[in-house]
Amino acid sequence: MIHDFGVVWAERSLMLNGLLNTLILSVLSAFAALVLGALLAMLLTHKTKAPVVVARGFVDLMRCTPFLLFAYIVYYGLPSLGIKFDNWSAGLVALIIYNTAYMAEILRGAAAAQPPEPAEAGIAFGFTGFGLYRRIVLPPLLLAAGPVVGNQVIQIVKDSAFLTIIALPELTHAASSIQSRHYVPFAAFISAVILYWLLCLLVETGVSAVGRMADARR
Amino acid sequence: MSAADVLAIFNGAVTTLLLSSLGILLGLPLGLAMALIRWSRVPLASQLVAVYVSLLRATPIVTLLLLLFFALPNVGVPIGPISAGILALTMNTSAFNCEVWRASLMDFPKDQLEAAQSVGMRASLRFRRIVFPQIVRSSLPGLINEMSLLIKVTPALAVVGVVDITRAAVRIGAETYEPLPPFFVAIAIYLPIVYALVSLQRWLERRRARLEAPA
Repeated sequence: MIHDFGVVWAERSLMLNGLLNTLILSVLSAFAALVLGALLAMLLTHKTKAPVVVARGFVDLMRCTPFLLFAYIVYYGLPSLGIKFDNWSAGLVALIIYNTAYMAEILRGAAAAQPPEPAEAGIAFGFTGFGLYRRIVLPPLLLAAGPVVGNQVIQIVKDSAFLTIIALPELTHAASSIQSRHYVPFAAFISAVILYWLLCLLVETGVSAVGRMADARR
Repeated sequence: MSAADVLAIFNGAVTTLLLSSLGILLGLPLGLAMALIRWSRVPLASQLVAVYVSLLRATPIVTLLLLLFFALPNVGVPIGPISAGILALTMNTSAFNCEVWRASLMDFPKDQLEAAQSVGMRASLRFRRIVFPQIVRSSLPGLINEMSLLIKVTPALAVVGVVDITRAAVRIGAETYEPLPPFFVAIAIYLPIVYALVSLQRWLERRRARLEAPA
């Protein structure tokens, strides 16, 4: 058993490369999904009906679709629309679009629980439209939604493991190739699991730091 | 894509539904047992459960499935794709269920327990008559939410060779050189199932809020 972990250690550059890919994918898609989700959340609460119906339809569709199937659609579907993509960009795009829906729903839910006074005061001070949203509505919203957004980031890290199926060299894919090369399944996959665990603990630490910041500002 | 192909995907759907139902049925009591271990602070077992839950919640189902499927035969436990799938789904959902059950147990009013104690109820009777009926109600939305999450990760089963919805769709796509239509059929099967669970959860939450609102 110790020997098996030695084999994984000898292949550490492959494993770290996988970890790095998982990290880059997760950070990029979490950030992009949060920004796009904030914009989509504006549509979800729009005053006119049409954008609400479209945004709601998209959000519900994504929330009822398994991520792997959506990733397959993006991976096989975009080339037939004439967009040439390698599997790395296809995976990233799939993660971003999919999680934008979840982030939008999270932010909409958090917004519904916020007191209306700050926004009303903002309007009284002459803020309108996007400026009002960006300066007055969004900052306390992000702090309030922190823990749920953190959970979604963990979900993104875990969803990225599905991308091993479209041969994206992320962490699970690295563990798979080490296992198939040296036949050390336990050591390879346990190492991957521990690294995922550390990533999630890192996200949780970040979330509680944001929570403390929010408490300090209150 | 022919009618036989659509039928093949529906056959896969039966497998998916069967395996996820088994995972749910096994994961519910397992999660409750682990929540009770943590709630009653059983020494050592409580810490072990805490680590198990934290680890399983952070592990992607694909990675867990590959670990079980390849590593268990390596240590002398023969396991097929179907059993590995059921085991992975159960382990995954039991960890999440444990947290839902535990949150309800933590919220349980202490005075009710003390009242039951004062009329001489033993711990097992107290749990059966007083605690359990109430935490089932308060946990239900969370548990159903977890069920919908479980259904959404079932395509992972295809990775180890279970012919579920996803693998059936991939196979047909490879045969017909048209990968997209079978995936749309697959999503069309998932949609109503997950949507029904999500709607049920929303309805339960609304009903609960209405019942708890001061009259």
